Amino acid sequence: MRLDLILRVATKLILPYMLLFALYVQFHGDYGAGGGFQAGVIAGAAIILYALVFGLAAARRIVPAALVETMMPLGVFIYAAVGVAGWLTGGDYLEYNHLARDPVHGQEWGVFLVELGVFVTVSATMVAIFYAFAGRGRAR
Amino acid sequence: MLAVTTVAIVRVRNLFAVAVLTGIYSFLMATVLLVLDAPDVALTEAAVGAGIGTVLIVGALYLTKTDEARPVHGILLPLVVAGGTAAALLFGVSETPPFGDPANPVHAQGPDYVARSVPETGIPNVVSSVLASYRGFDTLGETVVIFTAGIAVLMLLKRSPPKRGGKG
Repeated sequence: MRLDLILRVATKLILPYMLLFALYVQFHGDYGAGGGFQAGVIAGAAIILYALVFGLAAARRIVPAALVETMMPLGVFIYAAVGVAGWLTGGDYLEYNHLARDPVHGQEWGVFLVELGVFVTVSATMVAIFYAFAGRGRAR
Repeated sequence: MLAVTTVAIVRVRNLFAVAVLTGIYSFLMATVLLVLDAPDVALTEAAVGAGIGTVLIVGALYLTKTDEARPVHGILLPLVVAGGTAAALLFGVSETPPFGDPANPVHAQGPDYVARSVPETGIPNVVSSVLASYRGFDTLGETVVIFTAGIAVLMLLKRSPPKRGGKG
């Protein structure tokens, strides 16, 4: 693991931009290509890259498996809760029009929260699947 | 190039090379999708197919041998299965509307979404507004599918505690 200095430095240089690009794809999805799913995959790929270069133990210290396994259902919960919130505020399930003072504003809030839920679930699932594979490799 | 890559994936017996070729295939596919004016799908294909997919295939290779095993049975059964699947797919394709026909459903309903997206949701990217707002139930279902897939992989692969049996 001492000979991969270039990989380590390059990874450290690239990682912040990968995470930044994930956030850009997440929050700019309303205007350009992308959305919660793509952003989640990119963020998950950033964590996986870190785990590949610096080892699984280092990645697990930053993103513990317990956190990942909590985030997976949390994203689905956020999504479903937005639907219930639409219900409680006087609309149908997953209707965002009543979430804020006017329908357009409510739609933006609804889409934003829903994409956040997708992001949380997708990124956590990608990392969890990788942890499961890589952890198995170490066990042999 | 897609065809060449596909033939190479089938012919090459070193699985590591196949993993890399699969990544190349995904990038080429992303380019095709970009040419078809679908940047959202192209971004997904590049990130999932070429990025995560290749990593997972290499990770699985780490657990097994890197050379493809000799097939244990003859060529006839796979040929029948592949031929049957191809016939079913061609039959399915024959039912889809012709490519580029102005009478297609997408051209009948698409402009409606394009016109409604900005005044109703304030979101210029129609793909996002259709995904998250007009088709919110479908996207909820997709999120649940991803969640279920992740749970299934964890259930299958996560090391169970030393004591076998019980709930594992």
